Amino acid sequence: MSLYAPSSPHIHNDNSITKIMLKVLYALIPGILVYIYIFGFGVAINILLAIITALSCEAIMLKIRQRPIMPFITDGSAVITAVLLALSIPSIAPWWIIFLGTAFSIIIAKHLYGGLGYNPFNPAMVGYAMLLISFPQQMTTWQLSTPATFIGLPDSFKFIFGDHTPAQLATDAISGATPLDYLKNQLGLSHHVSDIMNSSNVFGLLGGNGFEWISIAFLIGGLWLVKQKIIHWHIPATMIGSLAAVATLFYVIDPDQYASPLFHIFSGATILGAFFIATDPVSAATTAKGKIIYGACIGLLIYIIRTWGGYPDAIAFAVLLMNMSAPTIDYYTKPKTYGH
Amino acid sequence: MISKLFKFKGGVHIPQHKESSTQLAVEPASIPKRLILPLTQHIGTPAAPIVEVGQKVLKGEKIAQADGYVSAPVHAPTSGIIEDIGDYPLPHPSGMLAQCIVIKPDGEDRWIELKGHSGDYKQLDPSELRNIIRSSGIVGLGGAGFPTSIKHNPGPDRVIDTLILNGAECEPYITCDDMLMREKSREIICGLLITKHALQAKRCIIAIENNKTLAIESMQQAAKEFADRNIEVVAIPTVYPAGSEKQIIYTITGKETPKNGLPLHIGVVCQNVGTTAAVYRAIHHGEPLISRYVTIAGDVKQPRNLEVLFGTSANDLIEQCGGSTADIRRIIIGGPMMGFAMQQITIPVIKTTNCILIDAGQTKDLHTRQYTMPCIRCDSCADVCPVNLLPQQLYWFSKAQELDRIQEYNVFDCIECGCCDYVCPSQIPLVQYYRFAKSEIWKRERETQKSDAARDRHEFHQFRIDREKAEKAEKLRQKKAALKIKKQATDQSNEIGNNDKKEAEPKNAAIVAAMERVKAKKAQQKVEPKNTDDLTDHQKKLVTEIDQRRAEQRETQVSNSNDNAKMDNKEL
Ligand code: SF4
Ligand code: SF4
Repeated sequence: MSLYAPSSPHIHNDNSITKIMLKVLYALIPGILVYIYIFGFGVAINILLAIITALSCEAIMLKIRQRPIMPFITDGSAVITAVLLALSIPSIAPWWIIFLGTAFSIIIAKHLYGGLGYNPFNPAMVGYAMLLISFPQQMTTWQLSTPATFIGLPDSFKFIFGDHTPAQLATDAISGATPLDYLKNQLGLSHHVSDIMNSSNVFGLLGGNGFEWISIAFLIGGLWLVKQKIIHWHIPATMIGSLAAVATLFYVIDPDQYASPLFHIFSGATILGAFFIATDPVSAATTAKGKIIYGACIGLLIYIIRTWGGYPDAIAFAVLLMNMSAPTIDYYTKPKTYGH
Repeated sequence: MISKLFKFKGGVHIPQHKESSTQLAVEPASIPKRLILPLTQHIGTPAAPIVEVGQKVLKGEKIAQADGYVSAPVHAPTSGIIEDIGDYPLPHPSGMLAQCIVIKPDGEDRWIELKGHSGDYKQLDPSELRNIIRSSGIVGLGGAGFPTSIKHNPGPDRVIDTLILNGAECEPYITCDDMLMREKSREIICGLLITKHALQAKRCIIAIENNKTLAIESMQQAAKEFADRNIEVVAIPTVYPAGSEKQIIYTITGKETPKNGLPLHIGVVCQNVGTTAAVYRAIHHGEPLISRYVTIAGDVKQPRNLEVLFGTSANDLIEQCGGSTADIRRIIIGGPMMGFAMQQITIPVIKTTNCILIDAGQTKDLHTRQYTMPCIRCDSCADVCPVNLLPQQLYWFSKAQELDRIQEYNVFDCIECGCCDYVCPSQIPLVQYYRFAKSEIWKRERETQKSDAARDRHEFHQFRIDREKAEKAEKLRQKKAALKIKKQATDQSNEIGNNDKKEAEPKNAAIVAAMERVKAKKAQQKVEPKNTDDLTDHQKKLVTEIDQRRAEQRETQVSNSNDNAKMDNKEL
């Protein structure tokens, strides 16, 4: 008689990639709900579109690459990529934007690099960067966050699938630049930060009007993920920390020219990026010290690109730049082995 | 008093599954129809049989003697007749066959005459104590099986500050040490005092995981009697692998065993509770080691602990526990984290067998591996690694067979505890990869050694050819010279004698020169070993690393034989 004799260990804590990804998804839900509450259903439609596109592309690519479809399609990673990308683009962007971006993320940035676990760059951010460079106009026209701009389901459909301007809504009234973008443009016209912020209702208490609440919801979800030990504290803490540190430095030097650290933290995709994007394990640094360096550098890069670079929000480029450095960072931050 | 415990890095919390096998008191297992006693029940050279087939032996009689310093004798667990001496399957991960002595019990269970030192063991010199322990066949019962007498011999200039008695038993399912501490606490503590005396240790710490409240109570009770002997029972946090030697030492002392070093280099010796109980029985009663507590757990009708004679088959024990609850699909020797699965159920219990775990598909916990996904570099594995390695990097290098890189990442420090594997969401059999890499590296080193030997042989061959050539040439010259001499004046007889001498010299000189040449060549090669001209930097580094490790190994081997146990890593 010959029994089944595999190598030890013979037990497992039953964790799986699917379980991890599901928790990440749960953590995104509060932010998404607040997003819908403030801006309407555009984002929900985009998320659905993205998920459908991502899963289809994933299935096709797995088929082409002759990989088993079920375990990979149910691992949840494509869904997370889709949701993150959908949250990064304007909620009133036409349908083909999210379609192209998601397809690009899954096909090019994920599968052509070898699929799950092998992609050196964060797929969602590669998709975002591609969109931003190719379609700058659609990618920088965001919904404004004055109370009037809540867009109901029918109108959201019209925006995304239709001719982009439902009759009863004047586009200018509901859309415009993001707070970061607006601030940057106005600073370019040599206005002072405080004047700019008082002159427009795109700004809220902490960051962009409306956007700040979404950020807070993402922050709550992110902290829950840290508590659940799905992500480590290192990257979010050092990323936000270093961004806040440089922002404070310049804010203290010249508050007229530089926005406050709070504004930087609660504007744009800082929080989403810190907890959900930069922490993507596959493309981030993995050692504890490495994560600290990685996170801090992203924070720094965000500030530099936002303040002196060509793009208003900088999460994608900062993350992609640091993705490139992750293996090197890991190499030089090996921990000390017991007894050495 | 210990004021503070240190928390080692990593580790995992695993469902313990310890209640079911601790319900019944420990009873002796019945004497089976035959006992199969491997000659390798310890680390080191196999014991050498001193009995013959057909010979009658008594319980406790020595049937195989230690063969070399790192070895241990084997004793007959009961009286009976030697039925066979031959190859049988060992309880070993490889499932290999090795020499065993088979005893057919006669049912009388008659002891040899025992001679204990029931008086004061302190009268005995530490070296005398060690001799008794050695001839009683005692080895580490925690899992590694290193001969205890060697561990008790730290060398004259070593001061042992702390003797740690390991009662952690951190692996799930295993409860034999727990039961032993509940039932035989006095024996354990008396054995501990003997060990303390043998080592001249300053203090003893009995470390027990805090989930074993009954064992802690019982040990504390027993320790009260020896309150003046500097013994302390300490409850340590329940986290796997708290009972691993390196981790328990860190927990108690806050010190790390240096790499390639032994605990005694930092003044610590670690001993398993079962081992000290055996020491007590050997010294006080003169009983050799012939049985032990074994946990039979998992999918059996009545999980429990039994006192088992060595050589009893796992199958017999399963039957004594009411049989398995369904068709057995896997049998694990040891715990579920570090134990090994065997292909058959008829393997014998040996000195290091602490648990027999049965998987008949009824316990949800004993999982079979699902589809393995790619590594997503989530780093959960690094979080739990108690040695602070980077398991996912080791995995990538092992997979890519980058054996030089994997050594750079200290694969040889991996204790194969399995924590990384346990938490990996991709369910990658990580430990299997590390074992593979380690064995590949050993294989390659053996090959290098072989090619070194071949090179030496070749050089010697070359030297012989050179020497023969030189000799031939010399002979020729001699002949010519002899002819010449014959031609020359025959009356200058004393000069001929001189000439002889002169002729002998060149011959010697030629050999010396040839030898010099070979020596020079060798010396050159020593500086720059063979075909290293076009090696890449990586390969060069690798070569130096291998050399270094070999040297270190040699060192540890030496210190092993002079010093103390190294392998008790596994004393979980
Ligand atoms: S736990 Fe598994 S998936 Fe995660 S980094 Fe380690 S090996 Fe990779
Ligand atoms: S098996 Fe090795 S690498 Fe994995 S956790 Fe244990 S010591 Fe670390």
